[in-house]
Amino acid sequence: MAEMTVELVAVERRVWSGKASSLFARTLEGELGVLPGHAPLLGELVEGGVVTVRTSDGETVTAAVFGGFLSVTGEKVSVLAEAAELAGEIDVKAAREALRQAESGDDQETISVRQRATARLKAAGETV
Amino acid sequence: MAAQLRVLRRRIRSVQSTKKITRAMELIATSRISRAQARVEAARPYAEEITKVLSALAGAAVSLDTPLLVERENPQRAAVLVVTSDRGMCGAYNANVIRAAEELQSLLREQGKTPKLYVIGRKGLNYYRFRRREVVRSWTGFSEQPGYENAADAGNTLVSAFLAGSDDTDGGSGEDGSAGLEGVDELHVVYSEFRSMLSQVPTARRVAPLEVEYSDNGDGGAGGSSSSGPLPSYDFEPEADILLANLLPKYINTRIFAALLEAAASESAARRQAMKAATDNATDMIQDLTREANQARQAQITQEISEIVGGAEALSAVGSDE
Repeated sequence: MAEMTVELVAVERRVWSGKASSLFARTLEGELGVLPGHAPLLGELVEGGVVTVRTSDGETVTAAVFGGFLSVTGEKVSVLAEAAELAGEIDVKAAREALRQAESGDDQETISVRQRATARLKAAGETV
Repeated sequence: MAAQLRVLRRRIRSVQSTKKITRAMELIATSRISRAQARVEAARPYAEEITKVLSALAGAAVSLDTPLLVERENPQRAAVLVVTSDRGMCGAYNANVIRAAEELQSLLREQGKTPKLYVIGRKGLNYYRFRRREVVRSWTGFSEQPGYENAADAGNTLVSAFLAGSDDTDGGSGEDGSAGLEGVDELHVVYSEFRSMLSQVPTARRVAPLEVEYSDNGDGGAGGSSSSGPLPSYDFEPEADILLANLLPKYINTRIFAALLEAAASESAARRQAMKAATDNATDMIQDLTREANQARQAQITQEISEIVGGAEALSAVGSDE
């Protein structure tokens, strides 16, 4: 099966890298799937989005990504994020609590807290 | 005599406890350096990737006249972000950074621009506050372990000031106008660059308007194989111009974050060096004082012996008289 190298890079650390067979993310213009051999592409991901990577071993890596960009070149896909958390690292309880507190209100900060919490929960496989 | 010996012993004890403290601080700083270096290292992949993306974008974007890239025609104000430490005990670290900042400011004044100060770190803030210099904004409390949020916070403030520009207050007249935000035309960062454990160099960098640093110095392994020819023609989602406008502020934040990390490493290195010097001095001092104390002790013993001998002689002299 065809493979591509995927790098999930946050500002403070490299979150994940490895071989993958496909990757799904949502850019500002819509849901997007990347398979090996995809045409070169640069995209901005939605604020507080979820990136799903299907590795060559058939495993699925899910991460919550904040302020991210997606860059696809010949055989390499990189996701650049201001912050990113893998599903396993997410504290579901804390995210749910944050979401509950930021439920109402529409100033900039509350909205961003809400987006973050939602993305975390989605990445962790919870229903929101 | 006995009093002198006691005083010397007390001083030795006090120097010894000071030495313990400086030694502990030296060890802490040493361990912090390697951690700070590891963080610089960990932040590198992102910086490289974003530079690569930006180069690709800059090559492809139709118009490059996003405000962050274009030199203003008549720059009037320039923001200077000074990165200092929160705590002292680090030798000339802060003094060096502040001196570099002063030099940059006088250079800016010569070019007819008014420098506007933004300060990170309590030490720098105190320096300017003591001299009654206006500081537009300051951030403190994270100089040793900066997080990206800190950099983003500072970066967003600076970028919005930059995007406002200085002409929003009607030319030169309304300097201290009612507009809540005073725009600037240039952004500079002054921080200490970590060269090695023994050398930290204060550095001034302009971050906006920025020149995109093309990473053409053969970064071989990473993405070299694909980009050997001309850059591939990208698809953009959303359009290149919008993407560029969204990406550039993040790039500036990354640059500021990198500066903060370098500064944190430098701070620890400077502190280690200062504390090592202090520990060495304490060792020397203890040695000198011990020598002096021994001399005093010997003198005391000699005196006591001669007193006893003198007394015994006096007694026997009295006895023989009879």
